[in-house]
Amino acid sequence: MEMKPSALYRKRYRTNQVGVTLSMTAMVLGLAALLWILVVLFGNGLAALNFSIFTNDTPAPGSEGGGLRNAIVGSLMMVGLTVLVSTPVGILAGVYLTEYGDTSKTAEITRFITDIMLSAPSIVLGLFVYAIAVATVGNFSGYAGSLALSLIAIPVVMRTTENMMRLVPGSLREAAFALGAPRWKVATMVTLRAAKAGVITGLLLAVARISGETAPLLFTALNNQFFSTNMEGPMANLPVVIFQFAMSPYENWVRLAWAGALLITLTVLALNIVARVFFREKVSA
Amino acid sequence: MTATVTNMTPPTQTSNVSAPSASMVAIARRQRVQDMVFHRLTQTFSLLVLLALAGIIVSLFINAWPTFAKFGVKFLWYVEWDIINEEFGAAIAIVGTVLSAGIAMIIGVPLAFGIAFFLTETCPVWLRRPLGTAIELLAAVPSIIYGMFGLFVFAPIYANFFQVPVQQVFAGMPLVGWLFGGATNGLGILAAGIILAFMVLPFIAAVMRDVFEITPPILRESAYGLGCTTWEVVRKVVLPYTQKGVVGGIMLGLGRALGETMAVTFVIGNANRMPTSLYSPGTSIASLLANEFGEAEALHFNTLFALGLVLFIITFVVLALAKWMIMRAERAKGV
Repeated sequence: MEMKPSALYRKRYRTNQVGVTLSMTAMVLGLAALLWILVVLFGNGLAALNFSIFTNDTPAPGSEGGGLRNAIVGSLMMVGLTVLVSTPVGILAGVYLTEYGDTSKTAEITRFITDIMLSAPSIVLGLFVYAIAVATVGNFSGYAGSLALSLIAIPVVMRTTENMMRLVPGSLREAAFALGAPRWKVATMVTLRAAKAGVITGLLLAVARISGETAPLLFTALNNQFFSTNMEGPMANLPVVIFQFAMSPYENWVRLAWAGALLITLTVLALNIVARVFFREKVSA
Repeated sequence: MTATVTNMTPPTQTSNVSAPSASMVAIARRQRVQDMVFHRLTQTFSLLVLLALAGIIVSLFINAWPTFAKFGVKFLWYVEWDIINEEFGAAIAIVGTVLSAGIAMIIGVPLAFGIAFFLTETCPVWLRRPLGTAIELLAAVPSIIYGMFGLFVFAPIYANFFQVPVQQVFAGMPLVGWLFGGATNGLGILAAGIILAFMVLPFIAAVMRDVFEITPPILRESAYGLGCTTWEVVRKVVLPYTQKGVVGGIMLGLGRALGETMAVTFVIGNANRMPTSLYSPGTSIASLLANEFGEAEALHFNTLFALGLVLFIITFVVLALAKWMIMRAERAKGV
């Protein structure tokens, strides 16, 4: 009996070693990219972050100091309005897809289009909103910015609501029907309630997604150097301020851009982690 | 089916089961109206998505019409971007978009495959979830952060440790020398492609991991039982079985890469010239829109809408194919 491994075996063994090593390298590269981005963000962002960021408005070109107060407030208002609009619309549309249009052709097409809209280029959504809500009114506005963000958030909420409601066991629905409950009551008070944790997770992820979106705001909310809570006019917001300031030649602007970048990333990552933990706890409970 | 449910009368409340009382009939009628209203309301909201899609196409087309009327189909391959003389072609931006996204795929797909391979086959089980979450968090980082990172951190390192040495090696070499010609300032098509690769990597890896996991364990175990190595199991059993899903995941990443604005705008160099090498500065449709839309007037304005429409149609087709492939892969798992 031959004890030495054959040439073929050795070749297969080596190929496997190479494959496994390369796959680990890919994993390490992916993790290194995440770590590197976070280290750079914290390094530059923390150096620029101080209390005046929250109390001062964005500085004029060439002037010293300044903060991001107007941009933070603008972002919060626009994201807030987007959540107010897209939560009911997205959830009810998701309810329709599971409870009524389960197998109908329209529901099938809607589902398909929604999935495409999830990844559609956000800058084109900005162009669309410019055409319908900026060009027609005659000025950039916070409302237009919220509309553009809603176009991104609604598909996210819709699809997660649908997927989560689908996980609710059919017996729960049947039990409610057997008690004589009408369909809309079963949908809202039984299925939706049972899927609550998943739906909230979807909402958090939608907020995370729109918080960092820059492209759709460029042509809709534009920017505003001054503090403004008037959503009918152009509004400062963190992403567009970061974009303008990072590309600028002024050192304090670039510093503010890093501070803003850190704020946004922390918010987005925190929302993602909270969504995951929340979902895992509620579902396993 | 459920409408009949609401008509039923609980037998305990009335002595005559076959004839429901007037109040019960009223309740049933009210509930049926409520049901109808709720049905139509939710339906309207879900149709909003279709309405938005139609609105996007129609409004972009209307605003883009003057450009199409002037240049016709030629617009698509016309190599010109002259704002003063109002001569516009989409070719430069389309080439920049496709090249940067193509480079992103060449770099990102093998990396995503490696990550999916590691997470489903060789990774210790207790590490799978944290590592998977870390990769998903990479997808959550806003694209503008990738852009800033690319401009301030990546570009200088890439210029000094990649562009310059590679150019020295290949300078004057026939056939490939031109690829690495031009300024080595850290910006350009290749830089944009690399940044994009890391941006779309988590999207592709997530789909690949999910489809790898739906491979029936019995197939995998049979292959191991025959003495296959891990590499052979993935290469010859898992990958052929999940082919459609894998291609779908790649197309999904491609759709993202084609339409990405911020990560590209910071590093592509923003030059309206046809790129002549991998180092050349260029422009993509999305970055051109981000840079020029604010100051655009007259035909320039219409042309940017035309480019937006072109981008939307390209990504729509790519994403529709992706979705279709993934759907077929998911359907196949039931068999």
